[in-house]
Amino acid sequence: MKHVDEFRDPAKARALAAEIRQLARQIGRGPDNPLLVMEVCGGHTHAIFRYGIQQLLPDTIEFVHGPGCPVCVLPMGRVDDCVALAERPEVIFTTFGDAMRVPGSRKSLLKAKAEGADVRMVYSPLDALQLARDNPGREVIFFGLGFETTMPSTAMTVLEAKRQGIDNFSLFCNHITIIPTIKAILDSPGMQLDGFLGPGHVSMVIGTAPYQFIAQHYRKPLVVAGFEPLDVLQSLWMVLRQIVDGRCEIENQYGRIVPEHGNEVALRSVQEVFELREFFEWRGLGSIDHSGVRVREAYAQYDAERKFPVPNLKIADPKSCQCGEVLKGAIKPRDCKVFGTACTPQTPLGSLMVSSEGACAAYYQYARIDTSRLREDRQDKVSA
Amino acid sequence: MNDFSANDGKRRPRINDTHVNLSHGSGGKAMRDLIADVFVGAFDNPSLSALEDQAVFDLKQLGTHGERLAFTTDTYVVDPLFFPGGDIGHLAVNGTVNDLAMSGARPLYLSCGVVLEEGLPIETLRRVVESMRQAALAAGVQIVTGDTKVVERGSADKLFINTAGIGVVPAGINISASRAQPGDAVIINGTLGDHGAAILIARGQLALQAEVPSDCQPLHELVAAMLRACPDIHCLRDATRGGLATVLNEFAQSSQVGIRLQEQTLPLREDVKGACEILGLDPLYLANEGKLVAVVPGEAVEAVLAAMRALPAGRDAACVGRVVAAPRGAVILETGFGGERVVDMLVGEQLPRIC
Repeated sequence: MKHVDEFRDPAKARALAAEIRQLARQIGRGPDNPLLVMEVCGGHTHAIFRYGIQQLLPDTIEFVHGPGCPVCVLPMGRVDDCVALAERPEVIFTTFGDAMRVPGSRKSLLKAKAEGADVRMVYSPLDALQLARDNPGREVIFFGLGFETTMPSTAMTVLEAKRQGIDNFSLFCNHITIIPTIKAILDSPGMQLDGFLGPGHVSMVIGTAPYQFIAQHYRKPLVVAGFEPLDVLQSLWMVLRQIVDGRCEIENQYGRIVPEHGNEVALRSVQEVFELREFFEWRGLGSIDHSGVRVREAYAQYDAERKFPVPNLKIADPKSCQCGEVLKGAIKPRDCKVFGTACTPQTPLGSLMVSSEGACAAYYQYARIDTSRLREDRQDKVSA
Repeated sequence: MNDFSANDGKRRPRINDTHVNLSHGSGGKAMRDLIADVFVGAFDNPSLSALEDQAVFDLKQLGTHGERLAFTTDTYVVDPLFFPGGDIGHLAVNGTVNDLAMSGARPLYLSCGVVLEEGLPIETLRRVVESMRQAALAAGVQIVTGDTKVVERGSADKLFINTAGIGVVPAGINISASRAQPGDAVIINGTLGDHGAAILIARGQLALQAEVPSDCQPLHELVAAMLRACPDIHCLRDATRGGLATVLNEFAQSSQVGIRLQEQTLPLREDVKGACEILGLDPLYLANEGKLVAVVPGEAVEAVLAAMRALPAGRDAACVGRVVAAPRGAVILETGFGGERVVDMLVGEQLPRIC
């Protein structure tokens, strides 16, 4: 575990936190108008809460939890489509585990399973392909979900299905792309973000070049960040350093994983199998142009949306649900009217409460109690 | 009905079938032969040999062990049946022994009810029963009554076991989840999450190469040693499903206190830690089958730890946290990284059918 522990060294964390406080003082914001840094990726949100990173920071810096949790931005209508597909008697519907509990307008996949639908949890799309081989009389549908991180493995599974001539496998494609989404956030009215921690694993696939417009056009610094707590702190330090220096650049803190030009083989397979949709509906954010992909015509026989009728209805989120405002960073999870009351991890109303990478679930699980007041007697330890 | 006593006490027929079929649950000769061949020989003891429909105990005899009876039941449905470090038979005995032990009781007698799926290899059943025999012998308990049912193929998965247990609590012991108070210390007897990780890896769906052994073991002797070192143990529970996090939340809520954990003091096997990293699981919530969580008065910590470390089941015992007044009903983890976070009850299920 050495390779992991060295990225969690508390002494290094304290030193970095001290430097971050120093930079924050130079920038000179107060607690009433703190620096707002968005961590785009749900993996970062999880790390920030799991390791208690926010508590190492001064109150003049605030993380805004971005849209990079694919389960969280899945609109209700798409979950209904999943349920409709899963309830077909000939279908074995396969999905990653964390999508099972996302509420649809009528039910979640977990509930559909309990009622008799054949829904199975898999760890990889290749497991779904194996299921198709093992069950030639059934139709196996894989619920393709996620940003560019998981897109290549889905694409390669489709290519593999074609190569092996497996015709009872198809993909319900809900893959989404990160760049149009960041652009939509930057274009949204009242946007006050000062900088970004860029998604590490997406960038492993797409590289760092696609982010250049953020620095050049929008004049915001972005640092592609790793997922260990020291990665997050160091990336934040790099963002602040840019602000102090008056620079706006795309920097790569996660160089041990992210190559500048991404992964060519992965990108080629994505290009081969997928094409951009005109628009894709996001929970809370609405419709964003070119933010989703679908299966190309050449692979139509592996596209569940072409193979089966899909209701494809637009379902509004519950009125009380403020997932959208949380996703845009306009409010904190704790400020949502139903947080922790009508909406909890046991009975989620909004999807941000479902996935462990969702901002609300992270708040509920790790920070439901504001421990900052309890820490007063331990201030010496934190600020040492 | 005490089916296990349904032989003639002398001749023990040996069945020729290789697989369980519906006649083994019919109440007729095939069932008698299965019970006599597979169970009675293994669990042989005077109460079972009495050939009655129930086990009967002498109250005076029980009273020599203490003043109060402890009674518990648990059902075991683990998949796979056999895993590194144990099997469903070990679990069925040790799990119930441990549930008794957590009251401070000396475990004495168990029952054993089994649900068999048609088609189960008799050899598999024999292996499980042999494990139960060994586990009962090691734990010093007798399996004194039982029941066998067979269900059609598909109506159950291979083999389910229920065990109930009776133990006697010695005088002067008062263990309860509601007795934690500020100043107390939290102690565990070893590494966290071994059983959960063992089952996950043994299912073979993850292509992980590691082989983590389950920690399945009886804890009553460890508890007895702890009580000798400190008769005033406040809270005691075995950290099975839901792991350490769940038990501590139960203590915090029942006692209306806060509990602060120090992440760096939590004992973890390197391979369990690695599996958790890869799979995104939190070892605080992973199941254990041979781990207890004790809350003891602060001044008793060293004595209890010394007593624990003298036994194999407590070799890696450690003090991992302390009880504080606030926030009431919550568990806070001080992370190794220098931050802190709330440790909540487990929501949903990390893994199905782990015990």
